[in-house]
Amino acid sequence: MSSDVLLEVTGLTTLLGDTVRPVRVVDGIDLEIRRGETFVLLGESGCGKSMTALSLMRLLPPSGRVAAGAVRLDGTDLLRLTEAEMRQVRGGRMAMIFQEPQTSLNPVMSAGDQIAEAVRVHEGGSRDRTPARVVELMRAVGIPDPARRVDEYPHQLSGGMKQRIMIAMALAGDPQLLIADEPTTALDVTIQAQVLRLLKDLQAKTGMAVLLITHDLGVVAETADRLAVMYAGQILETATTDAFFAAPAHPYSRKLMESLPGADKRSARLAVIPGRVPHLDQAFVGCRFAERCYAVMPRCRDQAPVWRDLETGQGVRCHLWGQAGGQPEGLTRGVADAVAAPETALEGASDPEAAAASMLQVRDLKVHFPIHDGVFRRVVGQVRAVDGLTFDLTPGRTLALVGESGCGKTTAGKGILQLTTPTGGSIRYRGDELVGLGHRRMRLFRKDLQIIFQDPYAAMNPRMLVGDLIGEGLQALGIERSRAGRMRRVAELLDLVGMDSDAVDRYPHEFSGGQRQRICIARALAVEPKLIVCDEPTSALDVSVQAQILNLLKDLQDRLGLAYLFITHDISVVAYLAHEVAVMYLGRVVERGRVDEILDDPHHPYTRALLSAVPVIDRDKRRSVIRLEGDMPSPSNPPSGCYFHPRCPDAVAACALSYPEETHLSTTRLVHCLRV
Amino acid sequence: MSLMPVVLWTDGLVFLLLALIGAFVLYASRHEHMRAPWRRVVRSRVGVATIVVLGFYVVVGLLDTVHFRLALDRQGDDSAETRYSPEVLSLLDLALSGLRERQEKTYSAPFATHLFVKEAIEQPDGTLLRDYPRLEYGGAHLEDPARQRGFDIAWRAAWGALQGLVIWALLTAGILWLIARSRGETPAATRATVLAGRTRIPWRTALATLGIMLVLSAVAGELALKYHILGTDKVGEDVFYQTLKSIRTGLLIGTLTTLVMLPAAVLLGIMAGYFRGWVDDVIQYLYTTLNSIPGVLLIAAAILLLQVYMSNNADDFASLVERADLRLLFLVLILGVTSWTGLCRLLRGEALKLREVDYVQASTALGVGHFTLIGRHILPNVMHIVLITLVLDFSGLVLAEAVLSYINIGVDPTMNSWGNMINSARLELARDPVVWWSLTAAFVFMFALVLAANLFADVVRDAFDPRLKGAR
Ligand SMILES: Nc1ncnc2c1ncn2[C@@H]1O[C@H](COP(=O)(O)OP(=O)(O)OP(=O)(O)O)[C@@H](O)[C@H]1O
Ligand code: SF4
Ligand code: SF4
Ligand SMILES: [Mg+2]
Repeated sequence: MSSDVLLEVTGLTTLLGDTVRPVRVVDGIDLEIRRGETFVLLGESGCGKSMTALSLMRLLPPSGRVAAGAVRLDGTDLLRLTEAEMRQVRGGRMAMIFQEPQTSLNPVMSAGDQIAEAVRVHEGGSRDRTPARVVELMRAVGIPDPARRVDEYPHQLSGGMKQRIMIAMALAGDPQLLIADEPTTALDVTIQAQVLRLLKDLQAKTGMAVLLITHDLGVVAETADRLAVMYAGQILETATTDAFFAAPAHPYSRKLMESLPGADKRSARLAVIPGRVPHLDQAFVGCRFAERCYAVMPRCRDQAPVWRDLETGQGVRCHLWGQAGGQPEGLTRGVADAVAAPETALEGASDPEAAAASMLQVRDLKVHFPIHDGVFRRVVGQVRAVDGLTFDLTPGRTLALVGESGCGKTTAGKGILQLTTPTGGSIRYRGDELVGLGHRRMRLFRKDLQIIFQDPYAAMNPRMLVGDLIGEGLQALGIERSRAGRMRRVAELLDLVGMDSDAVDRYPHEFSGGQRQRICIARALAVEPKLIVCDEPTSALDVSVQAQILNLLKDLQDRLGLAYLFITHDISVVAYLAHEVAVMYLGRVVERGRVDEILDDPHHPYTRALLSAVPVIDRDKRRSVIRLEGDMPSPSNPPSGCYFHPRCPDAVAACALSYPEETHLSTTRLVHCLRV
Repeated sequence: MSLMPVVLWTDGLVFLLLALIGAFVLYASRHEHMRAPWRRVVRSRVGVATIVVLGFYVVVGLLDTVHFRLALDRQGDDSAETRYSPEVLSLLDLALSGLRERQEKTYSAPFATHLFVKEAIEQPDGTLLRDYPRLEYGGAHLEDPARQRGFDIAWRAAWGALQGLVIWALLTAGILWLIARSRGETPAATRATVLAGRTRIPWRTALATLGIMLVLSAVAGELALKYHILGTDKVGEDVFYQTLKSIRTGLLIGTLTTLVMLPAAVLLGIMAGYFRGWVDDVIQYLYTTLNSIPGVLLIAAAILLLQVYMSNNADDFASLVERADLRLLFLVLILGVTSWTGLCRLLRGEALKLREVDYVQASTALGVGHFTLIGRHILPNVMHIVLITLVLDFSGLVLAEAVLSYINIGVDPTMNSWGNMINSARLELARDPVVWWSLTAAFVFMFALVLAANLFADVVRDAFDPRLKGAR
């Protein structure tokens, strides 16, 4: 064992819950993290990543306990330390940052005070030096104008800033190891790029090691030196990043990679991993992945695979690698069906039918929310959530509405369906004006226009049976008046979205996220809509499940000729699914065009920055990140002129004067920028 | 027919409440999301113990709610028409007729055999002696009270306890047999698991509480046959009887008030939150205004108005009981008016949140009408709040009755209620030696009810509050 190993974990086992039926959230994990490296723990939700991190920090919830194993930080066994000694380690030699910067900061303490507290804990005595150190730390994490920011409170800071404050607090004790649990999942891509960059820079400066926990393969590819793939409480594979992306050794890793959407898979179905992650409260006999594995062999089911170090430096837990040397043949099976004919990728986009009559015309749509204040709750301002949105949508095609959080995508979708009342503009559906229709007259159009929501957990009334949920629209719109007829139709719909018809008599909570999203899709399809607004339908789901939903949406479009308004912030999904793209910034579309035009050759500076910030697996396709200064301004008080000018790297003086008119670059493409 | 049923206003409401509870039970048993929290309630030990205690109160209250008038005995008169006594009685009165009729002259202490005040007693030889006279009924069977009383009480208590135990044993055997049958075990096996406390519903706790309550009741019942176990009041009425009669008043105030205010609170609260705009403004204005009038003022004004009305139209009331009942009803109504705002505000906030929830938006997008939507998506999802509020409010209302009666704006002075008992205790406490038993009796009975209700409310809240679900 070389001395460059900083953290060594052997056989770590963590139990949660009561003693009768404990849940083994972490089950015999071995890890080695070297000094100065970035080690990534990759896995889908619920596989035990966070619990591993919390076990290392000894910060488990009250019902959790470490049942076995050792954690050695530079030779000290952390599990044997007393709580007082452990407090010295925590935040000193080892620090942690969490996913939700919102909830990790104390809302009633100023940012400076919170950092100062962390500083004082670790430096003890020298109080007079504390303020200087706080400012130094804030500068180190790239907070502009730190001397002023020390007095600001968390609610005055954006998500990215809060995460920086968290990092500054973690750095206060000069840690040797920083554990970052999904530090950027709650952030926008441009902010994520900033934070990941910051971590890299800090690492280069201080030489600390980083244990990064994530589910995003793109982030892994861009940051990791080495990684471990976790599944159902176990590590299935460890590898260096290059080796992993060149040839993942475990069937699970392989499928994960194939299920990622992207432009090169457009005409193919995405690979899916059937089934779901097993519950961890059972005793496993064979391989935990056997139920979902395409290469499963008889012995997988009754003999647990042992850990095997491969010659490539990878390690893997799979029976396929039982025979020494060489790549096992079973591994490549099942790959062929996923990768098919990428050359037809953009056939839809150049389709002559693209010019067919548009079915939905949105012109200058505005949705403003009044801000009330004072005793009499007078209107003191407007949140311009959507501020002049224009686009067309043709049957059978997908328009992706892309943009960062808070730019008004959801509001736009709801405005189109009249779920929020638009303030101005016009929405014409097949020639009929929708804006201004009352609840009653809008019902005529409800049948044709439907919506699928982001969070499949919130989108279904927990008190209703699935059958009634799906049948609700049939009943409300009088399409199928008899209950028997409704249930027959519901069964058909469930079949259409690939679910068993026995789901009708169950409650939503009995289903997984992916299944729930299918039910939501079935509900929307029940009334045979022509257009579906999909509001980030996959962002709450794991990659493998996302693939199922994207496949389903694509199939349905092919079979039923649906049009989608697909709201998302995920560029790889856009590349896979969309025909056209509209990029939104602060309530307005800044650039619109065919998907290949926009993704391959973005013209608007914001589009360019956004695309460059998206983490990419393929090294050759990486663009150098265009760093945007600051955060998106508040929609209640947008900047003058071009909304983007305070952050635009290409801005000129004229940009601040008036909002740029649209520039048509081709028949399909337009940009709002003075400099194109 | 020897009796004529009388349905007082509040009786009618109680029957309505029972019907509603029945309907609710039916609804809840069909819906898992309602059944699950109740299952949590009956699986908690505090839950079952308080249910048993509350059950005793409810039984007494219900017995006291079935009213009728007895036919008058008329010897020798055989005309077709029977005449009924003007006195309205309840089943409880009938059951306790001994207690009701064994009236002494004035105060006597619990278990006393002599009056509490000295009186001039005429001796057989014609002289007058000032002494504590023997009670007419309390301990009248004893020849030498000073010597025999202690032994007699102990003996009767033991005998009562034995009766209680026998009843308990019979009941327990029946329950065990039922459990055993539903589980398909032998009764012996069931007894073992229940004794070891390994059943999911804590039967051991439930049966133990039942045993304690039964023994207490039987002892009290046995002793009450011969003594005034809680003493007598100024006019010699048995205090034990009064406290038992007060149970109905307390329960009624606690439950009917919420029944009265529920429709307004639920409807207005949800409408305000769901429709917003001017509907919200009007409703908010309404409850903010109502809330800023002190409740006591409103109640006092209303009760005084009613008193004036009743004294002007005294002939409209067939009996004292009816008159008192009308006042009780009025009190319930006015308490309802002052107490709906809290629930209404809670529900408004919840509806405001819910209307933005995705599933509500989804059903708007499916063209579901407003009222269907409220009934289907909003109401079922605020039910737990309604329920928690009701249970939590109950004990507060019982206490409120006591306070209001104490300041004379509560129930009718002729009506038995803990508040009235406490009110009269004001003077009794000023006497020397102190007459303490009325106050103590009212206090003990009210305390037990409120404590049980509060503990039960806590269990219900924990079971229904979705935020606490993860904590288990
Ligand atoms: N009901 C509302 N009242 C007031 N402001 C609102 C309301 N709904 C949205 N907003 C504001 O409008 C802006 C746009 O919100 P919207 O939800 O449309 O963004 P989004 O692009 O969908 O973001 P995300 O990617 O996070 O879903 C935000 O600033 C938001 O705070
Ligand atoms: S051990 Fe068997 S089931 Fe498990 S991953 Fe390998 S091939 Fe698949
Ligand atoms: S108009 Fe100016 S500020 Fe706006 S995007 Fe173009 S260059 Fe940048
Ligand atoms: Mg959104």
